[in-house]
Amino acid sequence: MIAESGHYALVLALALALIQSIVPLIGARLNDAALMNVARSTALAQLLFVGASFTALVTLHVASDFSVANVYENSHSMKPLIYKITGVWGNHEGSMLLWVSILALFGGLVALFGNNLPLSLRAHVLAVQAWVASAFYLFILVTSNPFLRIANPPLEGRDLNPVLQDIGLAVHPPMLYLGYVGFSISFSFAIAALMEGRIDAAWARWVRPWTLMAWIFLTLGIAMGSYWAYYELGWGGWWFWDPVENASLMPWLAGTALLHSALVMEKRNALKVWTILLSILTFSLSLLGTFLVRSGVLTSVHAFASDPTRGVFILLILCVFIGGSLSLYAARASSLKQGGLFAPISREGALVLNNLFLTTACATVLVGTLYPLALEVLTGEKISVGAPFFNLTFGPLFVPLLIAVPFGPLLAWKRGDILGAAQRLIAAGIGALLVLALVWAWTRGGSALAAPAIALAVFVILGSVSDLVERAGLFRVPFGTAMRRARGLPRSAWGTSLAHAGLGVALIGIVCETTWNSEYIGTMKPDDVAKVAGYELKLDGLFQRQGPNFREMIAEFAVSRDGDKVSVMTPSKRSFTTRGSSTTEAALLTSGASQLYVSLGDVTAEGAIAVRIYHKPLVLLIWWGPVLMALGGVLSLSDRRLRVGAPKPARAQQRLQPAE
Amino acid sequence: MRRMMAAIVALVLLGLPAVHAVQPDEIMSDPAKEARARELSRELRCMVCQNQSIDDSEAPLARDLRLLVRERIGAGDSNSQVIEFLVARYGEFVLLKPRFERQTLLLWLLTPVVLALGGIALWFQIRRRSQGGADVPAPPLTPDEEARLAALMSDDAKSSP
Repeated sequence: MIAESGHYALVLALALALIQSIVPLIGARLNDAALMNVARSTALAQLLFVGASFTALVTLHVASDFSVANVYENSHSMKPLIYKITGVWGNHEGSMLLWVSILALFGGLVALFGNNLPLSLRAHVLAVQAWVASAFYLFILVTSNPFLRIANPPLEGRDLNPVLQDIGLAVHPPMLYLGYVGFSISFSFAIAALMEGRIDAAWARWVRPWTLMAWIFLTLGIAMGSYWAYYELGWGGWWFWDPVENASLMPWLAGTALLHSALVMEKRNALKVWTILLSILTFSLSLLGTFLVRSGVLTSVHAFASDPTRGVFILLILCVFIGGSLSLYAARASSLKQGGLFAPISREGALVLNNLFLTTACATVLVGTLYPLALEVLTGEKISVGAPFFNLTFGPLFVPLLIAVPFGPLLAWKRGDILGAAQRLIAAGIGALLVLALVWAWTRGGSALAAPAIALAVFVILGSVSDLVERAGLFRVPFGTAMRRARGLPRSAWGTSLAHAGLGVALIGIVCETTWNSEYIGTMKPDDVAKVAGYELKLDGLFQRQGPNFREMIAEFAVSRDGDKVSVMTPSKRSFTTRGSSTTEAALLTSGASQLYVSLGDVTAEGAIAVRIYHKPLVLLIWWGPVLMALGGVLSLSDRRLRVGAPKPARAQQRLQPAE
Repeated sequence: MRRMMAAIVALVLLGLPAVHAVQPDEIMSDPAKEARARELSRELRCMVCQNQSIDDSEAPLARDLRLLVRERIGAGDSNSQVIEFLVARYGEFVLLKPRFERQTLLLWLLTPVVLALGGIALWFQIRRRSQGGADVPAPPLTPDEEARLAALMSDDAKSSP
């Protein structure tokens, strides 16, 4: 019954989405408020029904109802409860259901919190949202029904892919989807603006918080995924330039560009046409990502369920939405008036530069991801495009971008003073040079580029702090006054600084990890000692242990440094009986931001075990960076200026008054 | 069979004791050569894996390739000769960094071309706009917005003393 109800709820959601696709638009044409308001009710009802459908699938998984094919194929009665729940989206059908649930959630949020949107804009936005929703409901119902029953229910399920039986699965996909799908809102706003032929600074003010929210989730989702791969896959890599990863990186790059261009549009009423295009492109890239991952067109590290026959359907959705929206853009964009003039050297100019580099970086990732596919389809020749290609093309783009980052916030709108900005960055520059000298003097080995890269990162961090220091007037006015001023700065200023500093932090982590990573690869017998980066790891012994749905072999290492005992590390290898596959569970020892990483290989005939030990200096900064960026985003989002619907501060009202 | 041979040859040649990514037994005695082997390994694809380099992969094929690379290095090949050898045997697919050729022209040139064209287009756009014309006025308010503005203003008038 539960499966059937879940299925039926999804059909009802489709029906509601179809109504929401058409009726509000008719309402907008006839200028009929009642018809336009239909969108609000249907969006909320959709959320209710999709939510019910999703809950049904979760219930089935938790109850281990193996008469449902999806549960049978991806669950096991002995699996811990948390993985029974996360296993819902650890497969194709379930993850598509999560996708539409989040889409419905965003639609519902616009309906709930969009009270201060002009009625016809809201009607248009929700209608576009419903088009997307209809397409994906149809996709699920036609090709990927998660509620299919099996005629003769088996007694036990086939278990979830062991690699996915990790807390990472609880966090990574929902975060990523909140990001991916969140960009549908800016897309819908862009299409609505094109349909209405009206776009102004207020539009950007509505779009920016939604974009920011999606961006925060996507940032965290990508970082989380990267950390997950790092500790789960067993060789300590954290970014593989795998097409599936690229699929999430592309919307992030475009979304980051969008955040910045929407800022120009909000403040200066400029870059409208470009902002609209970016909104369309960002969501198109999200759709492309969904296509790449879900169609099975790729075979990659993420061996996540895929079925080629579904590819055609998503490709169709992709073509209709991207083609349709770009055609609409081509037809309507010229009618949108450009406003807000600015000199090349200005805050706007800096943000345009940011957009140029981010878009180019995005194009690089796009071509690198799709080129092998296209070449194979066109000529039959197979080539690989991997990390060395991206390091060579994508990497250098970030050098000028990062140099420019601290300048941006220091330039004035409209016409900036680059020399003035440079003067205010002298301290940051000196700090960077000092670090450069220190790194050169203190480290040996590794690439010659490491020291300049770290200096650049320090420049970005100090530069973003300089902006705050400058605005608070620290060192110029009494300390107390400066602190008060710093507290009084808009949260968005703090957000910008934090996010920019996060870039630098991540860069330091990346450089240190890749340059001064040390490793020990060898076979060890009990009582053998391995030495890595000043640590001594003694293999105390090997133990077997029975888990809920796996057996594991644990190796116990006593870790000491300079003769002092530091800790005990217990990496393990798990064999999952049902699927006959195994996973490596690396052991991590964190000291500061550095980590010692131990993972196990196979046991040899003589009872020795292959062991890989890495010491990764400052590796955690790679993920602290994105967390800082996301935190910056949250601060900026909490700025009262952006809290749409929040009561306006008294000062703002007073400023409005002279306009009377 | 040839691969097996290659592995055996490598073992004999290098005199390493018999035994995963890089296995303990694969490591070359000469650290400089081993470093070259590692560097090359990171640029070569394990063809049966999903986007992994042979340096990262635990697949048997990756092991064979690693040994092959070391064998060629041991035989005195330069890095480019090793690459030539592998491409001749396994095709371009083995390279994680495609070579700059006619068919990969677009792949390699897209980034600089987009950056250059984008930069030029922006420069002209900004110059044209910063020289000519005044600010375009904001679009007029819709009747809806006028009504809301009026409502806000009257609220304001009421609340302020």
